[in-house]
Amino acid sequence: MLNFIWPIFIILSFSYAIFSGNLQNLNSGIFESTESAVNLSITMLGTMCLWSGIINVATNTKIINIINKLLKPVIKFLFPEIKHNTKAQNEISMNMVANILGLGNAATPLGLKAMETLQEENEHKETLSNSMIMLIVLNTASIQIIPTTIIAIRSSLGSENPTAIIVPVWIATICAGIAGISITKLLIKYSKKRKNV
Amino acid sequence: MIDVINFISNLAMPFIILIIVFYGFLEKKEVFDKFLEGAKDGIKIVVNIFPTLIGLFLAVGALRNSGIIDIAIRLIEPILHFVNFPSEIMPLAILRPISGSSSIAIATDIMKNFGVDSQIGIMASVIMGATETTLYTIAVYSSSVKIKKTRFVLIASLTADIVGIIASVVICRFLS
Repeated sequence: MLNFIWPIFIILSFSYAIFSGNLQNLNSGIFESTESAVNLSITMLGTMCLWSGIINVATNTKIINIINKLLKPVIKFLFPEIKHNTKAQNEISMNMVANILGLGNAATPLGLKAMETLQEENEHKETLSNSMIMLIVLNTASIQIIPTTIIAIRSSLGSENPTAIIVPVWIATICAGIAGISITKLLIKYSKKRKNV
Repeated sequence: MIDVINFISNLAMPFIILIIVFYGFLEKKEVFDKFLEGAKDGIKIVVNIFPTLIGLFLAVGALRNSGIIDIAIRLIEPILHFVNFPSEIMPLAILRPISGSSSIAIATDIMKNFGVDSQIGIMASVIMGATETTLYTIAVYSSSVKIKKTRFVLIASLTADIVGIIASVVICRFLS
């Protein structure tokens, strides 16, 4: 996918910048982007190691069993292919918990750990498995109880009621989640059918 | 109300860490060793996704700085106008799946210009709360395990985004 999107982005924007005489902006933009990628990685390195460490503690205690029991019906429905992989189930459960609690910083490392585990039993190492796709879709639709970042921005801008958006966010994010899950399920079914024919 | 919510969101992270460490300690596990073991894996993950980040940020930064995004918005405008989608929100709707930092900047800008508590301001907030930076998520998740063929994941997540954005607009119209 990115082998297609990435060159298109670059070709379109670089040639447009050259023809419209917007080169100065583009030049400073190039350095800014590499710089912000480095900054993000350094920040990420901290949270990534922290949460990978914490999850490793959690998976060695009974907490993970409690969380798993609670989320079992959901996981069974969304990830029917990993019935026997408790490690992947554990990591996906923790990723869900972090997402729901609005801990974006923690959700990514946990999700990436789950990807690693799913990759172990993936038959085609260069292609996303069905479970991986579901995990990614769930993370892009991020259902969360408290949208912390946007509430912080709203109150910094002097909103009279920064938290008024919480319930609308719940409804919108549930709609997005249902849409994402249904289309993923549908496309998985469709791709299976095509393989059988 | 805001105090309670702030308290809860501040509590979430410390509470989780506390519970996990406390439980591990109670069960007499080697908590610190287990922590170190896991933390080491974190380094590997970041190293794997770093090249992706550079590439992605370069492309998205160029898209934004070259001014081509404005052209894209102007091209799509008539269609969205036709379905009665508020044009003030459009730049946000287009950039949201592509770039996290620039969509935050645009949302903040919209809230400043139209008022945080105006209908448009609330729409921008709800869209930000209900969606994610899809392209970034897909790229980071796939590249962390060195996967190249992503099948229909982009279509599925973009559908979720579009539904989320439309739902945000409809809900906010309904509310005010």
